[in-house]
Amino acid sequence: MNGNGTHNVVRLVDVTKVFRMGQEEVHALRGVTLEIKAGEYMSIMGPSGSGKSTLFNMIGALDKPTSGRVFIDEVDVAQLDAYELAWLRCRKIGYIFQTFNLIQVMTAIENVTLPMIFAGMGRDEYMDKGMELLKLVGLAERFQHKPAELSGGQQQRVAVARALANDPAIILADEPTGNLDLTTGEEIISLLKELSQQRGVTIISATHDIKMINVSDRVVWIRDGRIDRIEDREKLQVSVGQVF
Amino acid sequence: MAKTIDRQIVLPWRQVIRISFNALRARLFRSMITTSTLVLAVAFLSYTFAVYAVLEGLWPAADVALQDKILATGFTPTDGHFGTTAKDRWLVVLSLLVCTVGIINAQLMAVTERFREIGTLKCLGALDSFVIKLFVLEAAYQGFLGGAAGSVLGVGTAVLTLWARFGFPVISHVPAVSLGVLFVKSSALAVGLSLIGVMYPAWVAARMQPAIALRSEP
Ligand SMILES: Nc1ncnc2c1ncn2[C@@H]1O[C@H](COP(=O)(O)OP(=O)(O)OP(=O)(O)O)[C@@H](O)[C@H]1O
Ligand SMILES: [Mg+2]
Repeated sequence: MNGNGTHNVVRLVDVTKVFRMGQEEVHALRGVTLEIKAGEYMSIMGPSGSGKSTLFNMIGALDKPTSGRVFIDEVDVAQLDAYELAWLRCRKIGYIFQTFNLIQVMTAIENVTLPMIFAGMGRDEYMDKGMELLKLVGLAERFQHKPAELSGGQQQRVAVARALANDPAIILADEPTGNLDLTTGEEIISLLKELSQQRGVTIISATHDIKMINVSDRVVWIRDGRIDRIEDREKLQVSVGQVF
Repeated sequence: MAKTIDRQIVLPWRQVIRISFNALRARLFRSMITTSTLVLAVAFLSYTFAVYAVLEGLWPAADVALQDKILATGFTPTDGHFGTTAKDRWLVVLSLLVCTVGIINAQLMAVTERFREIGTLKCLGALDSFVIKLFVLEAAYQGFLGGAAGSVLGVGTAVLTLWARFGFPVISHVPAVSLGVLFVKSSALAVGLSLIGVMYPAWVAARMQPAIALRSEP
């Protein structure tokens, strides 16, 4: 999308999230401040329950923070009304989930074209683009198959194609390889890497997957709802050697 | 610098109708289960009214022997006409009340099963109003199909049982027009009940934060 690669596509300022369950309070995020530059490939790593998915939901405007601010393209998400939020989710961000979350009653092509229909595109245009995207992920022949008739890896590739439908500036992925075997996971990772290199898409991915580190520009380690440390690509080579 | 955030368009009805129709078709069996209480209640209602409508058609054409036979079965015309008794109407109202509670419950379950799908739709750019329209349209189709099936069942049973009792004249004097009107009215009532049933579940679903909707088990 926008080329210079220096402005912040995402900026979080002291974001906290508290879940209240009866008497108990769960502090899922305890003040996260983070800047993500356009075109970056960023991985969010951390143990189970550390708050990765909660952070994913904050960045993706899928849930409201308890306190703090989230800026997407320097626009404060809290200031947006329902129509602007829907536009943001439709056009600016593409979501990929661990459980794929394809619409079960729709075929591959219907799943991929749905965001374009929501965006108001005409039928010829969205069908062309939908087929093009399925081709990109190598599933053009399976366009009329429903999710139940596809393997996990194939479903995730349909989900990647769907995430790309409206040329989003950001692709947000929550453990995209979590339900896939090693090889299929690697395929998805290299697909994401290609997208970030060729299209300049910002990729933000929560993950447990060590293979993700190799392709990331930066890795954010979170622990117990806080940023533990942030590592750049250069330093990564060293620490990866040490840790693993 | 960066582009500002625009406003999402409201999806044209044509698209909403297409999407909801396909969604219903893909889940036809599940919807039939959701609609079953409605089918039964409408069948009971239309059976009750159809019996009297058929007798109304039959009576003027019946000879004395057949009229005696009808009276002997326990049907009594008031002022020469057959119609529902207070007890009949009370039973019909009661069955409709039970049906309304049943359909709200069934719709609540059917919508809850789809929370994850709703969350996904919202991530793809669906407005709350789209979610409401989707469920309302699906409920309208369900109501129409359930109502049509129920009234065919009810009217059919009424005609067949009376035929078995009073013989061929029941068929040759079947009051097509009033049975047609009954069919239309019961189908419309079924659509109405189905819409009442889906209102609360659809409202709950539409207002959910996507993150919460996505967390629910499929
Ligand atoms: N909707 C919710 N209601 C209550 N508690 C929640 C909710 N969402 C998350 N939590 C809690 O917040 C904490 C962080 O959860 P989160 O899902 O963000 O972890 P995670 O890092 O994504 O873990 P995993 O790697 O297992 O996916 C956990 O303790 C979790 O129980
Ligand atoms: Mg998670």
